[in-house]
Amino acid sequence: MNRLLLWFHQLGSPPNFHAFAGRWIPWCFGVAVPLIALGIYLGLAVVPPDYQQGDSYRILFVHVPSAWMSLFIYAAMTVNAFIALVWRIKLSEHLAMACAPIGAWFTAVTLATGSLWGKPMWGTWWTWDARLTSELVLLFLYLGVMGLYNAIDERRAAARAACFLALIGSVNIPIVHYSVEWWNTLHQGSTIRVFGKSSMDPSMLPPLLAMVIGTKAWFIGSLLARTRAAQLVAESGKEWVQRLNPVRAS
Amino acid sequence: MTDAPLGRAFAAVLLRDFRLVWRRRGDAAQPLLFALLVVTLFPLALGPEPQILAKIAPGVVWIAVLLAGLMSLDTLFRSDLEDGSLEQFLLAPQPLWVLVLGKVVVHWASTALPLLLATPLLAQMIYLPAELMPPLFVSLLLGSPLLSLLGAVVVALTVGMRRSGMLLALLALPLYLPVLIFGAGSVIAAAAGLPYAGAWLLLGAALVLALVLAPLAAAAALRIALS
Repeated sequence: MNRLLLWFHQLGSPPNFHAFAGRWIPWCFGVAVPLIALGIYLGLAVVPPDYQQGDSYRILFVHVPSAWMSLFIYAAMTVNAFIALVWRIKLSEHLAMACAPIGAWFTAVTLATGSLWGKPMWGTWWTWDARLTSELVLLFLYLGVMGLYNAIDERRAAARAACFLALIGSVNIPIVHYSVEWWNTLHQGSTIRVFGKSSMDPSMLPPLLAMVIGTKAWFIGSLLARTRAAQLVAESGKEWVQRLNPVRAS
Repeated sequence: MTDAPLGRAFAAVLLRDFRLVWRRRGDAAQPLLFALLVVTLFPLALGPEPQILAKIAPGVVWIAVLLAGLMSLDTLFRSDLEDGSLEQFLLAPQPLWVLVLGKVVVHWASTALPLLLATPLLAQMIYLPAELMPPLFVSLLLGSPLLSLLGAVVVALTVGMRRSGMLLALLALPLYLPVLIFGAGSVIAAAAGLPYAGAWLLLGAALVLALVLAPLAAAAALRIALS
């Protein structure tokens, strides 16, 4: 077996993942916290104000990365849910379920910051256009997955049911993404292109980039930490967990 | 014992479930009563001015039908789970989705169909303009089976749970929202004199898709919930 594949298979074993996550969590947060701090500093203090929106556009540096993360995390959850259901990999169940609360928080932040931004710019906290509604549905989907997971006593059955629900809900992801193109919405279309020229001023890109990478690293760190904790609870009766406890082991 | 072909198994489920519904005729009237009560709430809460009520009428009827369907979802597999016939369905040589589809058809026919037939009554109670009646009826005709099919998937996931009421609503309503948006939206578009056939086409396409996929998904969900 080639070494990468071997490493991947070994990662699925709980003690190996425990050690792996333990090594990487500090690095992830170590990257995330300075980058987010830098992004917020650049965004609030350094970047020039927008020619139309003045200073109030600066909430973009929180709103846009959170919105991307809300979709990205749902996609990550869907992939893990699929793996959990098809190949019955226990680690993927934990990963998928750990995604849900993180994604729900990013979605909540997106909605809250969007609302704060909407009041001065659109004159309203909320409008029932396609982008906002589908993002709200995304929050409900996250909460539904978490609710279902918590409602069933048998943990593995709960995880599989919630994973299935996550798969069904993934229909919403393209709807959120394309809502500004399919419908005529108050929410603006995207101004940032990965390929081709963005319609945003280049001076505004560095803080955004810092925030985007920072939130990704935060997600990975948080995901690893939550999964690690969930795994310890699930495996608490096993010998390798007992050995981690210095009091019991002695 | 030879395995019955798919059509026969489907028909047997239909016959059995219709018979069960018929033997509990009193219960079968409850979704209709519930929808009547929901519609009654609106004039009492908003005041009886016909102009205001006529404006929100399509949405009110849609919400009444949607909530009545949601409330009756729980009964879809409940009695079968309790008397053990659901496990027999799982063990049956016929694919589970055929049997699930049969159950969903009966569920729709016993809860949504009476509501559809009562739509003129509901619409009159809330002063729906007469010219909006046909669009409302067609949108409900396309939308209500879609609601039953989507609901079956969700209720299959919660089937083993003792207290699933609120959770069921939390899981099902996000999936119901698009149906409501296009269903009630088509009637609102009709009221404003805008073209509304597009929403029907989307609903119809979604219905065809759900007819194929939802029984499969519900069957998979049942196997997960009962494993």
